[in-house]
Amino acid sequence: MTAAPAIALEGIGRRFGALTALNGVSLTVPEGQIWGLLGHNGAGKTTMMKLVLGLLRPSTGTVRVLGLTPTGPEAGALRRRIGYLPEAVAFYDDLSGREALRYFARLKGRPAREADGLLERVELAAAADRRIKTYSKGMRQRLGLAQALLGDPRLLLLDEPTVGLDPIATGRFYQLLRDLRDQGVTTLLSSHVLPGIERHVDRVAILGGGRLLASGTMEELRAATPLPVSIRLCGTWPPGQWQDLVSDPRISVRRHAAGDLEILVPAGGKLDLLRQLMAAEGVADISLTPPGLEALYAHFCHPDSPRRETP
Amino acid sequence: MTALFAVAAKEIRDGLRNRWVVAIALIFAFLAIGLAWFGPAVSGTVGFAPLATTIVSLSSLAVFLIPLIALMLGYDTVVGEDESGTLTLLLTYPISRLQLLGGKFLGHAAILALSTVLGFGAAGLLIAALTQQLDSAALWREFGFFILTATLLGWVFAAMACLISVSVTEKAKAAGLALVVWFGAVIVFDLALLGLLVATRGAVGELGRVVLPYLLLLNPADVFRVANLVGFAPARSYAGLANVVAADTLSPAVLVAVLAGWAALTFALAAWRFQRRNI
Repeated sequence: MTAAPAIALEGIGRRFGALTALNGVSLTVPEGQIWGLLGHNGAGKTTMMKLVLGLLRPSTGTVRVLGLTPTGPEAGALRRRIGYLPEAVAFYDDLSGREALRYFARLKGRPAREADGLLERVELAAAADRRIKTYSKGMRQRLGLAQALLGDPRLLLLDEPTVGLDPIATGRFYQLLRDLRDQGVTTLLSSHVLPGIERHVDRVAILGGGRLLASGTMEELRAATPLPVSIRLCGTWPPGQWQDLVSDPRISVRRHAAGDLEILVPAGGKLDLLRQLMAAEGVADISLTPPGLEALYAHFCHPDSPRRETP
Repeated sequence: MTALFAVAAKEIRDGLRNRWVVAIALIFAFLAIGLAWFGPAVSGTVGFAPLATTIVSLSSLAVFLIPLIALMLGYDTVVGEDESGTLTLLLTYPISRLQLLGGKFLGHAAILALSTVLGFGAAGLLIAALTQQLDSAALWREFGFFILTATLLGWVFAAMACLISVSVTEKAKAAGLALVVWFGAVIVFDLALLGLLVATRGAVGELGRVVLPYLLLLNPADVFRVANLVGFAPARSYAGLANVVAADTLSPAVLVAVLAGWAALTFALAAWRFQRRNI
C-alpha cells in the first residue's frame, strides 16, 4: 500500500490557446473514497480527468496519481492501476461484448478469463456473445464499467457513469463502487445528475469556470454555506397563532395549501426552533430537510444569485 | 509488444469479419482472370493470354485499384476511433501511441498482403495451368515480383491512410483527403509530369532524360508502374510514360527498396504527427 493519496493536484492550470479550462485547482483525494466531481458543461471536469489520466499535461502545477506522475516514464506502470470510463463511449459495434472486453484485457496485459469474470460481475454474461450493436445504452455502460475494472485498478475515473442506467441498475452500480471502496479502491466520478448522488458519494468537488469552488463531505459543504434548513410542519392551529412561533427575523415561513407550514431556518437556529415547535400546540408532525446537493451546488456556482430554497 | 500485436490481431480480425480480405482477394482474382481472358479478345483471338502479358495489363489496373483499396481500408483507423470515443480510452491503456498506430498499420499491411497473395496467387495458378506454363520458373519469378511490388504498393498507401487518419479530426475530411491523395498519385502526378515534358519539349534535352526517372520515384504509384512495366520485355510498348525510364537506370531491387522506403517514411511521418495530436 502506498501512503500517497490517490490523486494530488497542486495549483494546476490548463489552457487551450486563449481558453483557460482549469485555473489554480488544488485537490487531494485520499485512497479508498468515492468522490463526485460536479460542475456544469465546460466547468473543466473532463479536462481534470484527462490530466489525472495523463492524456494532457498541465500548463501549470503538478499532478500526482497514486504517488506517480501520469505523464512520463511512470505512465505505463500507472495506467495498469487505473480504470477509466469515458463519457458516451461507443465500443466496437461489430464485436461481441466478450470479444471487445478480451481485446481490452489483452491491451492491459490481463488474461482473457478475467474479461469473462467481469462480464458476470456486471451482469452481461447472458449477452456476452451478442454484438455490441444490439446492446441497450445501459448494457453498453455496464460493458464500459467492466472495461474500467480490468486489472483490479486502485483508482477508477468514471465520466458520467450512470447516464442511461435505470434506477435499479444505478443502485447496483453504486453498490459495486461501495464494494470496491471497501477493498480500498478510490473512485472519482463526474456527474451532472445531482439528485440522489449525495447518498452514494463520500465527498464532492464542485468545479465551475475552471476553478474548484468547493470540496468536502456534504456536512462540510453545508457548514460552509448560510443555506437554511427546511422544517415542514403538519398540524392544526388557529390562524395567526403560528406567527408567534417565528418572531426571529432570520426565519422565513411559507404556508402551503393544506395548511402545512414550511419554515426556513439558518442551521445555527435549528435546535432552538425545534424545541419551541415541540412544545407548541397543534403540531402533529415535523420533518426536517437539510439543504440538498442541488441547493449547495447552486449556491457555490452562483453565489450572487438570490438564495434558492430547498424543495 | 503484446499490445501492438493485440491491436494488429484486432485489425486483421475486423478485416476478416467485415469481409475486406475476401472482397479484395476476389476483386484481384477476377481482375487477373478477366484480363487474361479478355486481353487477347481485343486482338481477335479467344482464350487465355500468357501470364507475362497478363501481368502487364494487370499492373496498369492494379496501380489504380490497390492505392484506392489501401486508403479505404485505413483512412478512418484513428479518426474513426476518435469519433467513437475509443481512442481516448485506448490511450489511457498501457500502450504508446506508436504501438497503437504500428499495430493498426501492421494489421492493415497483413490484410493487404494476405488478399494480394491469395487473389493474384490463385488467379496466377489458374491462368498458368490453363496456358500450360506451370513449370516456367522465370515466369513465377516475374509473377512473384509483381505480387511483391503490389503488396508494397498497398503498404505505402496503408501508411498514407494512417497519415491522413492522424492528421484530421473528422472522418468525412479523412475520406475526402484520401480521395485527393489517390487522385493525385494515380492521375494528376503523371499528367503534370507529362505536361512538363510537353511544355519544355526540346528544352529539357539531356538533363530531362537523366532527371525524369528520378522524378518518377517521387510518386510510389509510378515506382510500381516502372517496376512492373519496364521489367518485362513484352511490356515496353505499353509502358507509356514509364517507358522513358531506361530499364537499366533503376534495377528491380532498387525499385523495391524505394517502395519499401516510401512505406517506412510515410509511416514514420504518420507516427510523428500522431504523437502531436491533441486528444
